[in-house]
Amino acid sequence: MNKELVEKIKLNPDYQKLVKTRSSFAIKLSILILVVYFSFILTIAFNPTLLATPLFSDGVTSIGIPIGISVIVLAFILTGIYTRRANHEFDDLTNKIKNTIKED
Amino acid sequence: MNITRSFLFLILGSVVVFASGTIEGEITKQSLNISAIAMFVIFVGATLGITYWAAKRTKSPKDFYTAGGGITGLQNGMAIAGDYMSAASFLGISGLVYLKGYDGLIYSIGFLVGWPIILFMIAEPLRNLGKYSFADVASYRLRQTPIRILSAFGSIATVILYLIAQMVGSGKLIQLLFGLEYEIAVILVGVLMILYVTFGGMLATTWVQIIKAFLLLLGATFMALAVMSYYDFSFESLFSHAVELKGIEIMSPGGLVSDPISAISLAVALMFGTAGLPHILMRFFTVSDAKEARKSVFYATGFIGYFYMLTFIIGFGAIVMVYQNPEYLDVAKQAINGGSPILGGNNMAAIHLSHAVGGNLFLGFISAVAFATILAVVSGLTLAGASAISHDLYASVIKDGDADHHKEMQVSKIATVVLGIVAIIMGIMFETQNIAFVVGLAFAIAASANFPVLILSMYWKNLTTRGAVVGGSLGLATAVVLVVVGPIVWVDILANAEAIFPYKYPALFSVSVAFISIYLISITDNSQSAQKEREAFEAQFIRSQTGIGAEGATEH
Repeated sequence: MNKELVEKIKLNPDYQKLVKTRSSFAIKLSILILVVYFSFILTIAFNPTLLATPLFSDGVTSIGIPIGISVIVLAFILTGIYTRRANHEFDDLTNKIKNTIKED
Repeated sequence: MNITRSFLFLILGSVVVFASGTIEGEITKQSLNISAIAMFVIFVGATLGITYWAAKRTKSPKDFYTAGGGITGLQNGMAIAGDYMSAASFLGISGLVYLKGYDGLIYSIGFLVGWPIILFMIAEPLRNLGKYSFADVASYRLRQTPIRILSAFGSIATVILYLIAQMVGSGKLIQLLFGLEYEIAVILVGVLMILYVTFGGMLATTWVQIIKAFLLLLGATFMALAVMSYYDFSFESLFSHAVELKGIEIMSPGGLVSDPISAISLAVALMFGTAGLPHILMRFFTVSDAKEARKSVFYATGFIGYFYMLTFIIGFGAIVMVYQNPEYLDVAKQAINGGSPILGGNNMAAIHLSHAVGGNLFLGFISAVAFATILAVVSGLTLAGASAISHDLYASVIKDGDADHHKEMQVSKIATVVLGIVAIIMGIMFETQNIAFVVGLAFAIAASANFPVLILSMYWKNLTTRGAVVGGSLGLATAVVLVVVGPIVWVDILANAEAIFPYKYPALFSVSVAFISIYLISITDNSQSAQKEREAFEAQFIRSQTGIGAEGATEH
């Protein structure tokens, strides 16, 4: 990639939009999963009995089980959300950038 | 601590140490398991057929390393999940659930949460910048020779440590399941893996992995459904029956992670280690573009998450159907230690459960799948190691990026055979050794040497060659030293009274060392080449974000 092209893409508004929206989206989702996971792990380290609370007053299933399963499901959902948005919105922007370059 | 006690923890493919819950005692060789062997022979026949088919399509280095880049997102997701769902995680996690209940779930969650981060941060730039190996990305704007050597070293170290663990584990497991001699089992695994990889390259390796992942998910689904159907699909009644047998403790965390530092360090190792495993990263080059790379992670996360939920049910199923079942009771051990030990130790829980729900035929199926799983995982590892040798060291360093394709292929095939032989020899050599530290070390190296250099090369403009080489090496050295002076090697193996470094998992410390030293050395690097490397960042970043100029990227 030559210098000229680099400068041109850098100034391309679609490119700027792509980098900005994608970075902030990726960072937000990363923080979300990290916060959820580390809260889970630190609860186990500091206050494991919290997760032992029974789900129903007369049952044995602890709330730790649906919480743990939810972390797994959340990880899957977040990858789905990111993939969906990236494969449409971000790829459309990328293609627009590519087409602009080809036109000149 | 003898090897039989520690080996299955090893093939868990993890850094978590738990002293109990492994295949214990003298390995009692089973009588030949005919239905298992028959099903395994069918699997080997089919996969050798695939290898023959793949061999005819594997002509260039691109075919060999990346299956020609023609794998779809769904196929790749299945293959990635297959790399992750080793025999170890199947038997080990279900065994851990069987032993400790809830702790098994904590453990699998740790393995899963690295995937979203890989998707958000790594998958796309990796696909857009690299060709065959993650070293392509790390060395994109830095000096080829030192970075390639560092990355190749990190890759080969990770691969060999992992291979040793897999080989020793597989030898024991096959001995138990099939009644084969240990040496024969190890040689069989080594030879088949060499055949798959040298002739079929990534195409065969990927399809072997996909088929195995499918069979494993199928078998595990059947087992989980069978268990649930006994309880009218009510988790509460499954759990309450299990609690009756094992006590209410199995419903809550039980000391797998005890203090906050260990908890965080383990989390760091699992997350960043996953993002630095060469055989996993390599899979992102087998798809055509960033779109398919993203889909791969989405599907992989789904399959892996689903699989972990199944192992949780299977572990509880084993509590209610295997625990205290006289059929699976190890009478000899009970006479010595009391309790209700099961034949082969806790990690055989899923295997016994397969017999309990499906009889001998299904036991044979699950045993064959476990064997297939080992084969598929070692093949992927070997291919990643071979590509580090042939692509990073031979073609990029020795031949300065100007290697003849035919020659490069030859080197990669020779490297595969050599790695295979090394794996067989190591597998036999380490049969009775305590190698409890090797997988922990592999993860620590991946997290501390491979990952920091990779992620900073993608996102941090000021990274320089000097910073990456010094920081990456320091991270690697710190990981190795802290594992050696930590509780597992220093106390359990070298029999010292107290560990110099108190934590089992060094990742939090070694990863910090790597990042801090890379940062400090890079920003103080005022050389001319450093300046050039910073200037080259912009062009690299544009390509990493858009894929413009990327290998195999298709124009839409």
